[in-house]
Amino acid sequence: MDEKIQFFPFDREKFKNPVEKAQIFCVEDMEKGMLYWAKLKRKGDFYMAGISSDIKIKAGAKVKTPKVNREGGSEGFKMFLLILPFLILCFLFSYFPLHGWVYALYDYRAPLKLSQCEFVGMKWFTTLFSNPTQVKQLMVVMKNTFAMSLLGIATSFCPVLFAVFLNEVKCKWFKNVVQTLTTLPNFISWTLVYAIAFCLFSSTGMFNSVLQNLGLITEPLKILDSGDHVWLSMLLWNTWKGLGWGSIMYLAAIAGIDQEMYEAARVDGAGRMQIIRSITIPSLLPTYFVMLMLSVANFLSNGMDQYFVFQNAFNKESIQVLDLYVYNIGMTGKSLSLATAIGVLKSAVSVGLLVVVNFASKKTRGESII
Amino acid sequence: MSRKRKEDSIPLKPADYVFHIINYTVFALLTLICAYPFYYLIINSISANDLSANGMINLIPKGIHLKNYMEVFKLSGLPAATLVSVGRTVIGTACTVLASAYLGFMFTQERLWHRKLWYRLIVIAMYFNAGLIPMFMTMKTLHLTNSFWVYIIPAIVQPFNIIMTKTYIESLPPALQEAAEIDGAGILTRFFKVVLPISTPILATIAIWAAVGQWNSFQDTLVYITDQKLYSLQYLLYTYLNQASSLANLVKATGNASAVASVATTQTPTSIRMTISVIVVLPILMIYPMFQKYFVKGIMVGSVKG
Repeated sequence: MDEKIQFFPFDREKFKNPVEKAQIFCVEDMEKGMLYWAKLKRKGDFYMAGISSDIKIKAGAKVKTPKVNREGGSEGFKMFLLILPFLILCFLFSYFPLHGWVYALYDYRAPLKLSQCEFVGMKWFTTLFSNPTQVKQLMVVMKNTFAMSLLGIATSFCPVLFAVFLNEVKCKWFKNVVQTLTTLPNFISWTLVYAIAFCLFSSTGMFNSVLQNLGLITEPLKILDSGDHVWLSMLLWNTWKGLGWGSIMYLAAIAGIDQEMYEAARVDGAGRMQIIRSITIPSLLPTYFVMLMLSVANFLSNGMDQYFVFQNAFNKESIQVLDLYVYNIGMTGKSLSLATAIGVLKSAVSVGLLVVVNFASKKTRGESII
Repeated sequence: MSRKRKEDSIPLKPADYVFHIINYTVFALLTLICAYPFYYLIINSISANDLSANGMINLIPKGIHLKNYMEVFKLSGLPAATLVSVGRTVIGTACTVLASAYLGFMFTQERLWHRKLWYRLIVIAMYFNAGLIPMFMTMKTLHLTNSFWVYIIPAIVQPFNIIMTKTYIESLPPALQEAAEIDGAGILTRFFKVVLPISTPILATIAIWAAVGQWNSFQDTLVYITDQKLYSLQYLLYTYLNQASSLANLVKATGNASAVASVATTQTPTSIRMTISVIVVLPILMIYPMFQKYFVKGIMVGSVKG
């Protein structure tokens, strides 16, 4: 009996243990050669044999199948070697950087080696909470961070309303145009948003020149170079950039609502607003809660790009959020160790928030968000 | 169709008219607010520069000329920055897409040694971040600061994309791969000849997102790059926005045609800012409407967890 035939599981799911003995029970003619079917004696599972023209087996003969090891074997290890370079990349850029947290325990000065710097233990962490000037600065930063995040969460219902009312627009081309143009700002960088802000709202920009030409003002209004209403303007830019895009997910959810509910409501004489209030919005709430919880988990991570590009000497006090503060003191202020300490604390709080939010989600919805 | 007819047959009440008028008006306004800034940049970059510098061009372009675009490429740094931005977008996207497809495919192979462990290792990496300073230190240790490769190499392995491709490949009929395996195809042949060609829908989505991400990326230049030759377009635009006076000097230095040029075509800081902004935004404006469905697909796939 020749044992060159390779057997493969016909039903992958059932194939758990390697097979050694099988029975050929059927031989079919194929164009290329012969197709052998093997049947495992005890379990009755079917296996398809490889096609090979030089072996001839009678139906009903017993053959040995090669041992196939699903969980390892030389082939499995070869595959591992094939992905190893990528695993190393993942390790280098995701796990290896964590070693940088030890810089928070040293008094690190830029060109020196870490071993040449003084080990200060928890000094930076205690400074953060005991040094009065440091505490004051941190409070301002936290106030900004909380304000931006809270404003973001407070307005997080806007995309839902956007989607609900866009759904009431029946004119198809108008709907498409609105959707395309309002999602566009999401795909430009914050640098470009700032470029646009600069062209429109700087002292020589379009906004001021129009007002001056109309004679409403004599001196150009300082919009970008001022410390007033920074939170509001940041919120507005954020909304300008993200509103249309944020609504896309809700529009898809609306498309998935059972139309028969609407029909039934209409037959019962429900008005437009009644339908929106009792069918559309309740159907969107699950999606909304997921988004809301994600934004709670990201409470401390406002990102840096937006605040960095809009930052200047006038608004620095009210624009500095935690991410930007870490950059400012670490990369421009050169106190790398303090910046790392803040980063470590931020990471810890963020992971904690994620765990809490995930737990809350599991409790209330029976589904985790991560 | 039948639903639409039914809706149309219901007579509109006056209250409905009011609702529709308000609804359409609000959406028209929102759309205008989103679209006008782009239009403003474009008309100003092609209008007479003396008018645009004084904010006279608001609705229609006046004194149309394309000289700004020719002049602006004479600025030091701009050709190099364009090359860097295009290079990182093309190479970075290609690497990310190929690596995501490859790893996604490999993680569907049940025979892979300790498959679940490696997969988990990559997925977990999605949920934490070492932070800005440790990342900077790492790049320094790896000699990636002030190197073009800092734009490419860290972006190759992206957990989210790998989850997406893995989920997609798992949804393909397993018979395809089994048939190839029976025919004696090795693992790489199966990937390149069988799986890669039929995964194009998901790869297109990943490619478009990766490309926009690379083109728009700003923070990596800010943190890791000090060499001016490696500035990306985004970063160059930022520096130009912030140095009004030096920009004017730069303009005078490069304005070789000062004797011939009229006021309308002499470069001003405003014209340079607008023109570079348009150069930076134009690729997005062009590809976005074409590939909109892929963008939307991206967020939809993302909402279905892997």
